[in-house]
Amino acid sequence: MSNLNTEMIEKYRNNFLKEVTANVEEGEWVKMCMQCGVCSGSCPFGPHWDHPPQELFMMIRAGKREEVLTSSSMWMCTSCYNCIVRCPRGLPITHIMHGLAHYADRLGMAPKEQPTMKFAHKFWDNIVKNGRVNELKLSLGVYFMNGIAEGIKTSLKMQAVGLGMYKAKRLNPMEFFGGHTVKDKSGMQAIIEKAKEIEEAKIKKFEG
Amino acid sequence: MSDVIATNQTILVVGGGISGMTAALEAAECGKQVILIEKSPSLGGRVSQLYRYFPKLCHPTCGLEINNRRTKMNKNLRIMTMAEVAAVSGEAGNYSVKVKVSPRYVNENCTACGDCAKVVETEFDDEFNYGLGKRKGAYLQHKMAHPQRYVLDPRVIGTDDATKAKEACKYDAIDLDMQEEEIDLTVGAIIWATGWQPYDAAKIQPYGYDRIANVITSVEFERLCDPHGPTGGKILRPSDGQEAKNVAMIQCAGSRDQNHLKHCSRICCMASLKHANYVNEKYGEEGQSTIYYIDIRAIDRIDDFYRRVQELPNVTFTKSKVASVVENKENGNPVLHGVDTEGYNRYANEHDLVVLAIGMEPSVPADAFPVEVKINEEGFIEADESNGAVFAAGCSADALDVNRAVQNATASALRAIQVINSVAGAEG
Ligand code: SF4
Ligand code: SF4
Repeated sequence: MSNLNTEMIEKYRNNFLKEVTANVEEGEWVKMCMQCGVCSGSCPFGPHWDHPPQELFMMIRAGKREEVLTSSSMWMCTSCYNCIVRCPRGLPITHIMHGLAHYADRLGMAPKEQPTMKFAHKFWDNIVKNGRVNELKLSLGVYFMNGIAEGIKTSLKMQAVGLGMYKAKRLNPMEFFGGHTVKDKSGMQAIIEKAKEIEEAKIKKFEG
Repeated sequence: MSDVIATNQTILVVGGGISGMTAALEAAECGKQVILIEKSPSLGGRVSQLYRYFPKLCHPTCGLEINNRRTKMNKNLRIMTMAEVAAVSGEAGNYSVKVKVSPRYVNENCTACGDCAKVVETEFDDEFNYGLGKRKGAYLQHKMAHPQRYVLDPRVIGTDDATKAKEACKYDAIDLDMQEEEIDLTVGAIIWATGWQPYDAAKIQPYGYDRIANVITSVEFERLCDPHGPTGGKILRPSDGQEAKNVAMIQCAGSRDQNHLKHCSRICCMASLKHANYVNEKYGEEGQSTIYYIDIRAIDRIDDFYRRVQELPNVTFTKSKVASVVENKENGNPVLHGVDTEGYNRYANEHDLVVLAIGMEPSVPADAFPVEVKINEEGFIEADESNGAVFAAGCSADALDVNRAVQNATASALRAIQVINSVAGAEG
């Protein structure tokens, strides 16, 4: 269990809703949900996940901390925004889903083999290096995410797509050796450091 | 019409629905001079379009009959139909009001014998039945219409139908030369009772009102159940005229929703409970009603009614706001999709007919008021000093059921009377 996790359990003992309100992006909206069910019924993921948004929000209010944070549900959200446009209360549901996923990850509670999370990590590591996505390294990284054998299989399968992208100048083989960057790389990294600092301060500051 | 005399001790009531009628009668019965104007050809408004109404599930024929009698007996009250307010100026105790009167093409000689309607051939969508049926170009708005006088649709003027109607009338009641008139009134106070209209159901895109024939609104369902309605009181679904026995009601259709009306329309839960009751009365055990709801808001004594409906064996309550409705192309049945809140079960339920418990919005849009009044976020008139002696009554003031609308109208009549009394006192 991470230190942050222990600390948060201590701080918000039995009040998971408060914890979410304080620490999760757009988490203050969770209490506005009136449990109508429109988001769940509109979500294209339908029956394919454990807890639709409406249920997750109720679980948060019911204090099911462990179950919510270890759930893979919020990692399944495809950001289609169906729920947001239909929610009669105007909850930014998609953003809350991502906020919950991010928070679970910070606490080290997200399910270990969750593919969306693995991709998100790869994407993040990739983009913070140069401030630009290195498509070549990212795709290769994703293909080989589940081992070498599967990676080769996927790479072969995706060959045509890769070639197409190359022709359309969306994929440059030279990216393998460094790749393009933003103009002020250290400035960009300073911004990210600052953002982290603000986020941590926010979590610290909130008095239950 | 030019003989309408009004002074600054007259009260003008705008709108002849249940609220306007109540306000006008209360004031007139207190001895005040009242002019009641109504846009359509007869009084009664939305209540007259219901099959039955709360609190006692009366047929409107009963409640309106009493009010019609009161209006006929009262010499202080003058009624102008087909009349609308065009402009208002002045201040409390002294308003000038411009009223536009549309031609009816039928005068006081009319005995409502209906001979004109027999010979006229052109038919139009019947507004009284929310377009579910047709009516002739010469018509009586409905059986209880007060005044009992026919109307010629302006669209038949200048056609053969108009001449035929004129020739058929034995009482010389048809006057094809009638023109629009403008009348100036001086009044001391104004009661604004222009009421409500159903929210435009087509705007609730996922429910498919504009795409699926068997998705209708609660006001339309009232017309289907009414023996004087377009189906003679049979619940026939629009797609194929078959009897609908398995009926779904969707609550909060357009209400309590940031994408539509933010407010709770207050009447819709009760309307659906009433509808489940209609289905039960018509079909007994063969009927089935399913009410999809967020929470049932059955206020005060309606709660007893709610309990009675809950006990009916063929009524199911599903706690869920339906996410979408799609049509089963083979049989025209609407299929309801959603997730319920008691167990988070996903459903896809097929019904014969879907009734949207449609929300209530003010019938005059906020930017179209011919008079300066304070309008709230929902479009209703807010009680405010700056409104002078313009008082909202009934659903111009808020989303109200008949019971509360009538109470509200009586209160506004008292407010108007106070203004008139002080005008009279000053002129003493
Ligand atoms: S649509 Fe909005 S109010 Fe309804 S259950 Fe989902 S989050 Fe809650
Ligand atoms: S944005 Fe996410 S949670 Fe919302 S409907 Fe789409 S997939 Fe479901």
